[in-house]
Amino acid sequence: METITLLMGGFEQALTPTNIALAVFGSILGTIIGALPGLGPSNGVAILIPLAFAFGLEPTAALILMTSVYYGAMYGGRISSILLNMPGDEPALMTTLDGYPMAKQGKAGEALALSGLASFFGAFLATIGLVIAGPLLAEVAFLFGPAENFALYAMAFATLGGLASRNQGKAIFAAGLGLSLAMIGLDGPTGSTRYTGGHLHLMEGVDFLVAIVGLFAITEVLMFIEHQGKESAIGIKVGRITAPIKTVWHCTGTMIRGTAIGFIAGVLPGAGASLGSFLAYSVEKRISNKENTFGKGDPRGVAAPEAGNNAAAGGALIPMLTLGIPGSGTTAVMLALLMTMNITPGPLLFAEKPDLVWGLIAALFIANIVLLILNIPMVGIFVRLLMVPSRILMPLVAMVAFAGIYSISGSLFDIGLMVAFGVLGYILRKLGIPAVPIILGILLGNQMEKHLRRALTISDGELAILWSSPISISLWAIAITGLIAPLLLRRYLRPRNQKS
Amino acid sequence: MSDRVFGAVFLVLALAFIAGASQFDVPRFVDPMGPKGFPRMAGAAVALSSLYMLLRPDPNPSWPDRRRLFEIAFVVLVFIGYVYAMKPIGFVAATAITASFISWRLGSRPAIAPVTGIIIGFSIYAVFHLALGLSLAKGPWGF
Repeated sequence: METITLLMGGFEQALTPTNIALAVFGSILGTIIGALPGLGPSNGVAILIPLAFAFGLEPTAALILMTSVYYGAMYGGRISSILLNMPGDEPALMTTLDGYPMAKQGKAGEALALSGLASFFGAFLATIGLVIAGPLLAEVAFLFGPAENFALYAMAFATLGGLASRNQGKAIFAAGLGLSLAMIGLDGPTGSTRYTGGHLHLMEGVDFLVAIVGLFAITEVLMFIEHQGKESAIGIKVGRITAPIKTVWHCTGTMIRGTAIGFIAGVLPGAGASLGSFLAYSVEKRISNKENTFGKGDPRGVAAPEAGNNAAAGGALIPMLTLGIPGSGTTAVMLALLMTMNITPGPLLFAEKPDLVWGLIAALFIANIVLLILNIPMVGIFVRLLMVPSRILMPLVAMVAFAGIYSISGSLFDIGLMVAFGVLGYILRKLGIPAVPIILGILLGNQMEKHLRRALTISDGELAILWSSPISISLWAIAITGLIAPLLLRRYLRPRNQKS
Repeated sequence: MSDRVFGAVFLVLALAFIAGASQFDVPRFVDPMGPKGFPRMAGAAVALSSLYMLLRPDPNPSWPDRRRLFEIAFVVLVFIGYVYAMKPIGFVAATAITASFISWRLGSRPAIAPVTGIIIGFSIYAVFHLALGLSLAKGPWGF
């Protein structure tokens, strides 16, 4: 009951003209970002952060804008998957498998409508899941002391590391590198300067926005330079954008399954929406592929991953808001935005800033309805935007990234650092080292250290305090499972994959 | 091979990072762990995983050929030049030149690329500075 009152309060917050305008604006921007290949949601949200500052938005409004962009990107990713056989962003990869065959059969409009509906279905139910699970999880997290919080961060890195890369060693490397970079700067409790090399710029540490924009946007530009000249124009007629009621009805079960799987994948700190759509598609294929129609334009093969990735997008907000640990790359970027605004997400957020939390959740419902309208009746506008060639798009992305970082920090040193992160990101991507644990390390490193040191102060240096409560023991158990389970699962799945 | 080289480089860096922790000035009264412990832990994670990459490398990724690699390096140089040029010649000019270059390298015709660059330079200036009031580097012409 209390939740409903709070949610109603949230709607009061969100339904101001400014906030509605921001939700609509964010949804449009997000759909564009999602639809354009090479400009994923993490990228998009990262380069738009300066915008939130430029508008002088207060935190609730800034979050409404950014989450609308985030949800929008999740919706938009499918458009280029279906029409170009090129995922607009990573989570939309699975949608190419049946979406593009449908488009080639002249059913592009049907695929767009059905996937739009599945996206809405997944995102809307996941937002309801957020309403129910968020406060519960926040209450549990309220019981956490420093030792439990340290175990929680360790768990986030372990599950993320288990899922983000095929090679656990490389995931550990990425997390370690991020944590090491977080150490640069002034140590709060003692006032020691660490690894600044006498640079005044580094006293406050490495700015995580600089690292994020470098690792995502600049790296992306370098990847495009490598693959220059690979372009495909739309040769597909879209036709009328509707799906027959029969098809929609036929896919209802698919959407429910996809949503459930995606939501769970999203809540786990890890690969977020990409994993959600992958699992949703794989499971659906195993259940429904009786006549061997999957991969040849089966509508269920479009509905499942789209419900899955949008549900995961909603699910990933839960650990971000309640525990302060992001469930995906994009939520990590949003965490960075919040921290830049001096808001620390975590259980206290629900207790101390209910306006912000519930305003945001209400805005998510509004954004979903806006997105449904944008993505079915008005999808034609975005289809036309896909014709922007990368030789115009990518320089624009790069220059907006530079201008954005410069306008926030005003320091050429930071811009240089951003280029350095871009080069590092290129090498890491080539070697298959995931970038998200690095971001997470830079974001959470100082908090993690603070909790560890507090715990050890309480116990007077006794390490046993780290695993002395039932909560921390369970968290460590999940951490170890999260790191090892993917190894076993991969071994278990491999022979079957080879057969199919 | 790529993994081995990368692992070796980062093993050295990580060891230097761990050694660097002993240089910190530490006040007399600190918490039991102090400011040195966590950096050493994080550095150890990097060192061990680098060692792992050195000893058990993955197969090589497909690196672009030498010409393409040179081109990527050149784009990076242009970015660095951009950073240095921003103050002397201002945001719009520096941005227009850099954007033209990238656009050209991504396949614009040499005659079209500068047009793209100039439009990008001025439109970012219009949105960021004129519409949103953010500060961008001022050149000799005031933009």
